[in-house]
This record gives sequence, C-alpha cells and structure tokens, in this order.
Amino acid sequence: MIHPIPPGTRDILPDEMRELRRLHLAMVDVFERHGYGEVATPAIEYDEVLARGDGRTADSAYRFFDERGDLLALRSDMTVPIARLAASRYAGVEPPLRLCYLANAFRAVRPQRGQMREFAQAGVELIGAPAPEGTVEVVEVLEATLDAAGLNRAVIGLGDADLYRQLLTELGIEGPARDSLLERLAGHDLVGLEVELSELEGVDDKQIETCIALSQLRGGREVLEEARSLGGAAVERATARLDETFGALEARGVADRVQVDLGLLRHLGYYSGAILEVYDPALGHVLGGGGRYDGLLKRFGLDLPAAGFALYLERVHVAQMEKEARGGDPT
Amino acid sequence: MSVEVAGAVRAKAEGPLKLAVPRGALLDETLDALDAIGIETAEVRGESRSLIFEGDGIVLVTMRPSDVPTYVEAGAADVGITGKDVLLEQADRVVYELLDLGFGRCRMVLAGRRGDEKLGESQRRLGMMRIATKYPRTAERHFEATGRQVEVIEVKGSVELAPLIGLADGIVDLVATGRTLEENDLEVREEIVECTARFVANRVAHKLRAAEVDELTKKLRETTSS
Repeated sequence: MIHPIPPGTRDILPDEMRELRRLHLAMVDVFERHGYGEVATPAIEYDEVLARGDGRTADSAYRFFDERGDLLALRSDMTVPIARLAASRYAGVEPPLRLCYLANAFRAVRPQRGQMREFAQAGVELIGAPAPEGTVEVVEVLEATLDAAGLNRAVIGLGDADLYRQLLTELGIEGPARDSLLERLAGHDLVGLEVELSELEGVDDKQIETCIALSQLRGGREVLEEARSLGGAAVERATARLDETFGALEARGVADRVQVDLGLLRHLGYYSGAILEVYDPALGHVLGGGGRYDGLLKRFGLDLPAAGFALYLERVHVAQMEKEARGGDPT
Repeated sequence: MSVEVAGAVRAKAEGPLKLAVPRGALLDETLDALDAIGIETAEVRGESRSLIFEGDGIVLVTMRPSDVPTYVEAGAADVGITGKDVLLEQADRVVYELLDLGFGRCRMVLAGRRGDEKLGESQRRLGMMRIATKYPRTAERHFEATGRQVEVIEVKGSVELAPLIGLADGIVDLVATGRTLEENDLEVREEIVECTARFVANRVAHKLRAAEVDELTKKLRETTSS
C-alpha cells in the first residue's frame, strides 16, 4: 500500500544516506579542526523568540499552539536559534565563540517547484570576532568545507549588505519606495528598477545609470575601482569595507575563489556589512550563503559582532555527484 | 540562509552558453536581434524539427515562451528571451531580468463585449465579475490592486469565446493589434500593462559566466536601442 507524505518532504534511503553521512562527517570534521564545536537546538521554538531575531523575514511557515496555548514555530534557519543559544548559555564567556551545526530547517514551498519544506543545512557561526578578521576566518572555513566536499571549482561571491540601503538613503529615497527598489535589486530586475527609479522625483538619469551599473559590477578586486569611479559617499564606504575585507582575504591567502560582487543582496533582514553567496558550475542554484550580522546578537541581549555561513547539504551532494559524473576527481 | 528554499536541483553552468529562444510570436524578431549581434540563426529559421542548435560558442534552445523562465531558473538554459507577460504570470520564478528588448510590444488588457454593460452590471448587482483568462495570476493581482473582487476562470484556448457564450463577463488577455478582439465583437475596457520581450539570465550563470552574459547584454542593448 502507498501512503503519501506531504509535498516538499522526502524519505532518504540507505544508498543516499550513506553518502550524505560521509559528506556530513567530512564537513563537521573541517568545522571541528577549525575549532568550531557542534551544537543542536530544538526544531521548535517559541515564535516570539524567533521573531525577535528577524521579525520581517524569518517567516517560519509552520506555527502551532502547544497544550498551554503558547505559539510555537519550526525554525527556518539556524542562525537565529544559535543567536538565542549564545545569548542564553554563553553570556559570560570570553569571546570569540565558535559554534557549528548540521540541522534541518523548515520553509514554505511553492507547489511543483521541487522545493523542500524540510532541508538540511551545515554551517558555522563565529560570534565575537569583528570585521574584517572574523569575515576572513569564516571564508577560510567555507573554502576548506568546499574542498572537503570536493567542490574545488566553487566560487564565493562577496558583497556588502549596507550598500544599497545607504545609497538609496543618500538619494533621498525612503519608506515603501526604498523597500520596493531593494526588492528589485535583490532580484536583479533591472528593467523594473529603471522604471521605478525614473518615476521618482529628484532622481536624475545619471543616478539611475549609476545604480544599475553598480548592480552589475562583479569580478576581481578591480571592480572596486570601477565602483568608486561611479561616485557617492555610500559607494565610497561600501567599497572601502569590501577593499579592507578583500585585502585581509589576500593576506590570509584565501582570496582566489572570492568574486567581489557589488550586485549581491540577501533577503534576510539581519545581515550587515559583508555578505556571501556560494556558486558551483555544476548547479544552477546557489549552494548556500552567509555573511555578517553584527546587530543580531544584540537583539538577544548579547552585544557582539558575528558572522557565519550555511550550505545546503543536499545541494552540495548533487553538485558532488554532477562533478563525479563528468569525470572530475572525487574526493 | 537564503530565503529561497533548498531543493535538489541540477543544471550546469558549463560548456557553451545556452540561450533559450521563444518559439511563436516572438521568434522572428528574436532571431533578427540575434542575427544583428552576429549569432547564426539560419538553421533555426530552416525546416528542421530539431529543438537544439549548436552555433559558434553558443547553443540556441527553442521552446514555448512560457517555458523559458522554467529552464532559465533551473540553469538548464543560462540565458533566455521571453515576453514580460510570461514573466509577470510566473513572477515567483527567480530569473534576472537584465534588458528590455523593446520588440514584441503588446498590451495586457481587460476586454468585454462591445457596448455591453455586463461588466459593470455584474459588479454592481453581484459585487463580482467573472473573468476568463490565460493569465490567472496577472489578472488576480490587477483586480486585487484595484480593489475589485472577481472570479478568475482559467482557460487554455481562445479566451475570446468565454464572454461570447456566457462563461464570463469579460476577459484579461494579451493584444497586439486588437484585430482578434474586434472580429469577436469585443472591446478594450482597461489597459493593465504593456509587455515587450525581455532578456533574462540564470542567477548562477550571471555570476559564474559574468563576462559572456555582460557581453551578450551589451550587444543586445546596442542593437535593440538603435
């Protein structure tokens, strides 16, 4: 007899599980070697606590009441639960704090898109190490993790979360118009971006051109120079931060796989400063991402800078398989 | 940590760049634009039943316009050309919309029978219009944004039929010249949005094949804006 399971969930059978387990162990081994201790947190938390981390976009899709009538939610990522854990359990500890995890998280799915309601993420959180050193350490661990998974062609995009917020403020754009433009920028809807900007008063053609050109700048360190030539205080500040980070990455010898990307924007509301995204030529979707969230811990009462990344375990596995299929050397 | 949901999806940003070309109404102008930037299209124009045409450093893959966002989102095609109407209807697909190509201009409209007050009448007496369309999500968004309640009825074929034999009070459809409406005794009541062909890219291809994607975007911009 066939008994259904909800769309976006799946069973994992031994052949796949064996490979996932191997991948999991290889990743956690890298984390441990870099001094990150593995933690687990409950899959369900108080909705109120998760919302504190990111009220607008944490969007836990699954909420329910417990027997006392309290509102619970399934976590949608691990960064917020770990911020909660760090503030509650490590408040008095000398920073930095190095934690890692491999855990399932839960999100809503759109029908018929092969999206998963429940998926595994492997990642690290470095709490109490400011930019740029903290960011560099996170990138270094990320690269070692990708190597351990055999994905030595993967590319890490490095952007700045504050660039467009500040640029739009500089142009005098606030409120809903700004949110809508940020949404366009995040989705690289350049046509819509141009139309919306041109409908705003006090934004001239040159500023529109700057905004669009900026979002398309990606490559080596030289794109920072190109960005700077476009002008503006917000651009100046963001490129200075990126330049500092990139310089520190070079000094540590981990800049080769990093692509500077002035067009990078992540939807989650808690990011500030450096943001990361991971791509592999074997896959049409991002493998994962991360960055800095210097204000997140403060919302839980622990005022420490922080950074981290998360990789989607199943996607890393698919990329690994694709690579092996075309004769790349499996690791 | 991305908002987008993790799924096990495979497609590759390797080998020559794959460009999704829309068959149908946009095909000729798309091929003209490609010719203009030096991409060989003679084979696609020929009688061949093939769907894939390998050229010099680029592969043209032909498909229904409404499939273009699906292939590009998954990275099965790196870049593609399709109508804004398709992108609006599939707004949840994550593709980068890089360029308005300017051709294939048409309008998404609300139309009703000529001289017939049925639309207003249904709205007044029933508080509700019945609208037939091939673009249910675009139609729903339009009526929601303008504060009207409608019953959207999705049809697959000639949507003009619906108000003529009483399935719906009006239709939301794409019109280029308006001749089909006219021949079926329908008239435009509201214009919803103007649509043209757009150049779109997969987000990983946009990052990992930046030089090729930028070059193609630049050439297309030059040829379509002249």
